[in-house]
Amino acid sequence: MADGSIGLWTVPLAVLGGAIRVSTPFLFVSLGECITERSGRINLGLEGTLVMGAMSAYGISYLTGSPWLGVLAAGITGALLGALHAGICSLPRVNDIAVGIALMLFGTGLAFYLGKPLIEPTAPRLPAIDFGWWSDIPQVRAALRVNVLFLIGVALAPILYWAFRTTRWGLLIRTAGESSDAARAMGHSVLLIRLRATMVGGFLAGIGGSFLSLFYPGSWNEGLSSGQGITAVALVIFARWDPLLCLWASLAFGGAAALGPALQSVGVTSGYHLFNAAPYILTLAIMIITCSPKRTLTGAPAELSITR
Amino acid sequence: MEFGRISRRHLLQGGAALTLGAAAGARPSFAAETTIGFIYVGSRDDYGYNQAHAQGAAALKKIPGLKVVEEEKVPETDAVEKTIESMINLDGATLLFPTSFGYYNPHMVKMANKFPKLHFEHCGGLWSDKDPKNAGSYFGYIDEAQYISGIVAGYTSKSGKLGFVAAKPIPQVLRNINAFALGARLANPKATTQVIFTGDWSMPVKEAEATNSLIDQGVDVLTCHVDGPKTMVENAARRGAMVCGYHVNQSPLAPKAYLTGAEWNWEALYPKFVKMIAAGESIPNFYRGGLKEEIVKTSPYGEAVSAEARKHADDVKAKFFSGDGYAIFKGGLVDNKGKTVIAAGTDRGQKDPELEKMDYLVEGVVGATS
Amino acid sequence: MTTEAADPVEAVGSIAPAADPGFLQRHGGAIEYILIPGAALAGALGAFGIFVAMFGKNPLDLYFYMYYGAFGTWFSWQNTLTRAAPLILTALCTALPAQLGMVIIGGEGALLIGALSATSAALVLQGMPPLIVQIAMVVAGVIGGGLWVMLSGALRQYRGVNETISSLLLVHIALAVLNHLVEGAMRDPASLNKPSTREIGAANMIGSIPGTDVHWGLVFGLIAAIAAYILIYHTVFGFAARVAGGNIRAAKIVGLNVSKLILTICFLAGGAAGLAGMVEVAAVQGRTNANLAAGYGFTGILVAFLARQNPLAIIPVAILLGGISASGGLLQRRLGLPDASVLVLQGIIFVFVLASDALYGRIGFLKGKS
Repeated sequence: MADGSIGLWTVPLAVLGGAIRVSTPFLFVSLGECITERSGRINLGLEGTLVMGAMSAYGISYLTGSPWLGVLAAGITGALLGALHAGICSLPRVNDIAVGIALMLFGTGLAFYLGKPLIEPTAPRLPAIDFGWWSDIPQVRAALRVNVLFLIGVALAPILYWAFRTTRWGLLIRTAGESSDAARAMGHSVLLIRLRATMVGGFLAGIGGSFLSLFYPGSWNEGLSSGQGITAVALVIFARWDPLLCLWASLAFGGAAALGPALQSVGVTSGYHLFNAAPYILTLAIMIITCSPKRTLTGAPAELSITR
Repeated sequence: MEFGRISRRHLLQGGAALTLGAAAGARPSFAAETTIGFIYVGSRDDYGYNQAHAQGAAALKKIPGLKVVEEEKVPETDAVEKTIESMINLDGATLLFPTSFGYYNPHMVKMANKFPKLHFEHCGGLWSDKDPKNAGSYFGYIDEAQYISGIVAGYTSKSGKLGFVAAKPIPQVLRNINAFALGARLANPKATTQVIFTGDWSMPVKEAEATNSLIDQGVDVLTCHVDGPKTMVENAARRGAMVCGYHVNQSPLAPKAYLTGAEWNWEALYPKFVKMIAAGESIPNFYRGGLKEEIVKTSPYGEAVSAEARKHADDVKAKFFSGDGYAIFKGGLVDNKGKTVIAAGTDRGQKDPELEKMDYLVEGVVGATS
Repeated sequence: MTTEAADPVEAVGSIAPAADPGFLQRHGGAIEYILIPGAALAGALGAFGIFVAMFGKNPLDLYFYMYYGAFGTWFSWQNTLTRAAPLILTALCTALPAQLGMVIIGGEGALLIGALSATSAALVLQGMPPLIVQIAMVVAGVIGGGLWVMLSGALRQYRGVNETISSLLLVHIALAVLNHLVEGAMRDPASLNKPSTREIGAANMIGSIPGTDVHWGLVFGLIAAIAAYILIYHTVFGFAARVAGGNIRAAKIVGLNVSKLILTICFLAGGAAGLAGMVEVAAVQGRTNANLAAGYGFTGILVAFLARQNPLAIIPVAILLGGISASGGLLQRRLGLPDASVLVLQGIIFVFVLASDALYGRIGFLKGKS
């Protein structure tokens, strides 16, 4: 300890730090997708939204000097992509999964296309809140440097959980997701509900992207997402469309992402490729254990094409 | 269609270009327009490996009579063969620079055999007598610059712990890690260099996590060998650690934390190649060099580098520039498992082909190659 | 799933087959299948033209170079077909399970595992006659890839695990397994800076179709696509699969063995992608390494959806997308567009084609109101 090292404690600390640092994009995308899927639509395009959000946040932060404007821009970009998805899906006989894949390509491509000049400049980043002030150990303080977006995400999960159950909007979304006929019978436009749900989902996913480029890893480049958006969409199904479970799943994924590098730093060097794949192996294992062929997934919106 | 005809004529212009290096007596100037093709594996604005090459290509664009065509993000599959053929067939390229290691075999070798009159220069490959004569491979001993970085890092580190974020345990990367670690030990014989492999060339989240893990272990100076060092540089600087850059000068990203860096100097080498060809000289098929040959360079020292460190680093740099050269990997070298990897008394100079097969980490490096 | 079996609400007012002897009535469906995608493609190209025009490029140049780079010369055609070859096979990996209503997006994983299996087979059988080695490679590739996707099918059938997610997770796992083996147990020590398995040997390579530069993978793809079409539309098995895809409960009531259907279809789907992996090894790379993860599996998903999961329609769609990527290089070189323009264009085409699904049965003059 005298030399400033904390030895094996690095691993749990890195997992904790990783859970906080890496989980936020997963959290925002999965919560956003949770809203969309609860309304009966799946938007696989959130990978593109995430990347597009990251790029636009970085660009706006760089141009205006305000990272918060960047976050807002990312959200708006995401909402627009969500509107595009919902718009195309509202045409008859259009498959929402396919539209998602199309928008994944389109969003990613557009972000790369427009983002070329943004790789080199440094944009103002989002500030961090120091939650480790009580500790003298710099590693602990570093792990507990938290961005307010993370806190918003953590707060959003129980709020959504509550909103789905008790608010009028939550009920409307769930009705649209469970039975479009019922929603229609109540005099509501299913398409409009889904449009709004997809736009909100895109808004959140865009903000998740802004976290990537403006906080951690904290710059714009083309390898930034490496599939986090699509993984987060998978997390929603894994989390059974429950916002609270989305929160736990995102934290677990974030922590698992830190596992590979942390293990190497304490001398566990063999098989680092397999450790790096730990989040995926774990998810698959948990799904195999917890799913059942006898019943459909609890919590699955009945209108969702992927579970029908 | 009028439009089509104009474009077609334009397309054919390349074909009429002078064939580079075809005859020994070729004019030293470029009478007709000569087309040179550059192929990058990633984005050419990556602030790293590919950007360094693109800067070299940009230097060629300034030379009158040369036309440079570029293609980025070409995967190391038959796509690169088709890109090469397309540059030849449709653009009339006569000199090609496929700049990623994985392009060499089988792809570029196949194309060099198919177009024996054209010239291919590959970055990083290991040309051997079995390979076509119109192909060549060049590379820089960037470990010399990493060695200098190591010296500076060794002086600057307070904890004596240095960190290295690396992509994959391959010879070129291991050589950089070892050179950095050996340089650090010149400054501080007790210095250790801890390495973390991220598994691939561009994994920003993993690179950031590796950086954080290293700093959590007490590391206070870091460098890296990944395609885009920006993530490591920025995240390390944010946590108050010092950094040495790689590929290109990243000091604008963290002016206070940036000590020095190992940079490519392609903008010096590529015009040299072109002038050699234009003068009718042939480029050696196996072309290597370091600081002295101006293929690599070091970034200017940052403000945090002490006078002592500057002096020691400059002294060693002067040895690299001297006529006798300087061996980083000297006899009696022991790896981090205690095995002697270079027998006592046999210094391995920079051009020693054995070094291109490096599969060990030297004493003082914390980490493993598999 | 988008299928012709549209729900009754949508079918109202659309063509009623054989209700009227008019030509348009009889062939309206077929005409629609050409007219609507064609119009969607034209719309997408128009939108992309506007997009590049916003960046100061001439859309007419764009169209010319796209045509020229993809189909303008014999070389361009070969370039296009080479790129289309793996896409036909990986598209089948998504299109076959789609008949059962399953969304498999793990073709990339099956391709990698197929490549690994095929390479292993070749390395085990070193020294045997090439034909035997090649057949063993095909068998190993198909089985390897087939079992990999069958795993997703089995997990869905026996554990209720969503196949879309499991197949996606298995892509990441396959890549980790490949990297782990290629950099560890299966690594050829001589592969140095590109960790790879040992080479399968020049004699075992399957080479090109005579008279062309296009490798045999194209023929494999064509055969597989036609076989898949016959299987799905002209056999009892395929009929059963489509019944199950339309309504699982009905399938069970009529006594179909749904488990067997799912496992067989998933095996065949994965086998197609595994075969693509085998072809990449035996016709292009000559060994397995990380280069194989070039995204063919992911582009295959796009092809399958654009082809509306019809095995025969996959062929022209794969050629179209092969053409787009073939011309992508020319767009970079001639118009200075970034590589990402290909992604943007693919996204736009996809959006237009999907949106055009709404038009089927709604075009006035095809309804035959005479």
